[in-house]
Amino acid sequence: MQQMSDIPDKLLNVSNHSLENQEGIPMSDNVSAAIREKVAHLLNRRVGPYKSWNPVSRTQVWQWCTAMGDDNPLYLDDDYRKDTEFDDVTAPPTMMQMWTMRDAQGNYPPGSTDDNPYELLKLLEDNGYGGVMAVSYDQTFHRYLTEGDQVHHYSTLVHMTDLKSTGMGKGFFVTELAEFLDQNNEKFAEANITYFQYETPKKQPGAKKPGSDVQKITRVHPVENYDNEHFWQGLRDGELLIQKCESCSTLRHPPQPMCSECQSLEWGTVAASGKGTVYTYTVMYYPEIPPFDYPNAIALIDLEEGVRIATQLTDVKPDDIKIGMEVEMTLTEVQDDMTLPLFRPVNSTK
Amino acid sequence: MTATISRKAAIVGIGATEFSKDSGRTEMQLAVEAVKAALDDAGIKGADIDGMATFSMDNNWENEILRQIGGKELKFFSRTEFGGGAACGPFVHAATAISSGLCDTVVIYRALNERSGLRFGSGQLFSTSPMDPNIINFSHYFPYGFMTPAAWIAFSARRYMHEFGATSEDFGRVAVSMRDFAATNPNAFFYERPITLEEHQNSRMIADPLRLLDCCQESDGAVAFVVTTAEKAKDLANTPALIASARQSIVKDSRMMTPFYGESISGIPEFDACASDIYKMAGLSPDDIDVACLYDHFSPWVLPQLEAFGFCDRGEAKDFVKDGHISRGGKLPVNTHGGQLGEAYIHGMNGIAEAVRQIRGTSVNQVNDVNHVLVTAGAGVPTGAAILEKG
Ligand SMILES: [Zn+2]
Repeated sequence: MQQMSDIPDKLLNVSNHSLENQEGIPMSDNVSAAIREKVAHLLNRRVGPYKSWNPVSRTQVWQWCTAMGDDNPLYLDDDYRKDTEFDDVTAPPTMMQMWTMRDAQGNYPPGSTDDNPYELLKLLEDNGYGGVMAVSYDQTFHRYLTEGDQVHHYSTLVHMTDLKSTGMGKGFFVTELAEFLDQNNEKFAEANITYFQYETPKKQPGAKKPGSDVQKITRVHPVENYDNEHFWQGLRDGELLIQKCESCSTLRHPPQPMCSECQSLEWGTVAASGKGTVYTYTVMYYPEIPPFDYPNAIALIDLEEGVRIATQLTDVKPDDIKIGMEVEMTLTEVQDDMTLPLFRPVNSTK
Repeated sequence: MTATISRKAAIVGIGATEFSKDSGRTEMQLAVEAVKAALDDAGIKGADIDGMATFSMDNNWENEILRQIGGKELKFFSRTEFGGGAACGPFVHAATAISSGLCDTVVIYRALNERSGLRFGSGQLFSTSPMDPNIINFSHYFPYGFMTPAAWIAFSARRYMHEFGATSEDFGRVAVSMRDFAATNPNAFFYERPITLEEHQNSRMIADPLRLLDCCQESDGAVAFVVTTAEKAKDLANTPALIASARQSIVKDSRMMTPFYGESISGIPEFDACASDIYKMAGLSPDDIDVACLYDHFSPWVLPQLEAFGFCDRGEAKDFVKDGHISRGGKLPVNTHGGQLGEAYIHGMNGIAEAVRQIRGTSVNQVNDVNHVLVTAGAGVPTGAAILEKG
């Protein structure tokens, strides 16, 4: 990944190398030639610089390491680092694209170019090739960044194939060269990123492939403890479990150890039918948090059993969401290690 | 409730750093700068401080601050949980400690590099320790990408629209009013940058129905206060801002930013619960309030605060706002500093500083004859409120 805030969010489901070794079957039709001609002027154009708002800092490195669960002592452990060549806080190389991200208002730092590095992808999208996935991500690091370094980067779309036919549908492979430089204009890292921009957007089949060295951003995992693990285990086992007081039968969600009504600590569960209505909702547009698709429709569902649960709505256009609309649960394996109770309108055609 | 803390303590010093997007220094430095400024404003020495109160989210330890400001010892220190919901708690604690004789003079502070450091809106707030109550709470939302304050607030804002026929424009009028005050406040980030309702309506959708201009900014900065006994306050130069009443508030359905499970979620039950006590303790009514500094992290939640504190009936705040009552020249000017939407996001503490300035008569947007100012802490979290009175 690169420039999270710039590229179509689907790219952030950067999955794998599933298409890498089979660049599809060439399609020598006129469409291919026509589109290639349209986009030719956008190839091999070095766009930049994209500057960074802030220098490399301990705070941001800490945030990243915490979010990613990366406990490599080189980055933040000052004692450990004494025995290495590094004096200061060191940034994980995979953070390289973080430094030049835009701010929450979508602004690049002063001194950045106004040019959009992804005009070519946009043009392909406008021509019907709106599906996009990252195919490969080959990165080279020349040195570690340390606290105080100030980063900027340049982007060049260096290659585009003819129209190819793949398991994902017909499309073009586009390769971007991202060059990351420090305050002395010395390149500390570069990445060759290949996207497949394809005709028919459809769900990525099997977004899991072992051996990928692509840094994959996944959904944040729930943290389980004695009080709530039954809920998450229930989802893994295919049921949405609602806590039920053994003493007074009151249902409750989210889980808690004591019944609010009778103070009993004895509880069991009942499986929800999965039927309910929308009590309220929002549609999230910004910031686009990876790996989610945007806009992201979130709803608070009144389950027919009488408790509420917050969830994602699927199979509905933002404008069609209404308070009171009937919805049904689809237990969905959203990634290979997580099953969530998503909801969709009743009668929606999948 | 017996109102033994009422009018026993007064805010006698206020201090702040500049408000910015990148302070360029540590939160510790911001804290000691603001505390020193508050002490100087009060005419009190660090050695005379014997209490401190702040937010549990604040990263600056009391002992570190005490040493730097020339302090000697603290007999009392306390922290309040729940983010911006902590804005009034420290004043409750200070007034309680002072009126009970535990200590005489309390410094209250809040310093944060929220914009240049860890941004609350980024969706990357908490640890993954099962010991952290935050992540246990948010585990029911984060896996869906439901992880920004704007989106959580949107659930309630949508219900408010549904139940009372409010519109995005009604929220927009709140933002326009705050930005109008900010436009004439040189300390505000949005100084000389007012907005129109049309600009609000054209601003990008963040989490429907919340638009960009419904959301407070993110800021670096610090605000500090000195609170002392009402007697001591009489001998100091500044007009005292007496703490006429102050109370914290948690109700059965309170949650950390995610109050989704109560019978109704369109209001703010914590304020509904504490409003009558706040007035009773002070011996006042809504008619006595001249200015209000209401917590405005997101414009929609200013409306139910106006209702909870009795300035209008339930569901009618949109009309109250539309009629100009919270704006410049209105009968209840709200957030005359520009609020967190217009001045800065210092977890509500800059609003309390403005309340003190209104009492003193030193606000850049001074309202005539101010005797009582209502202040509130964060909405959507366990919170609190207070009334300050001209001493
Ligand atoms: Zn029970």
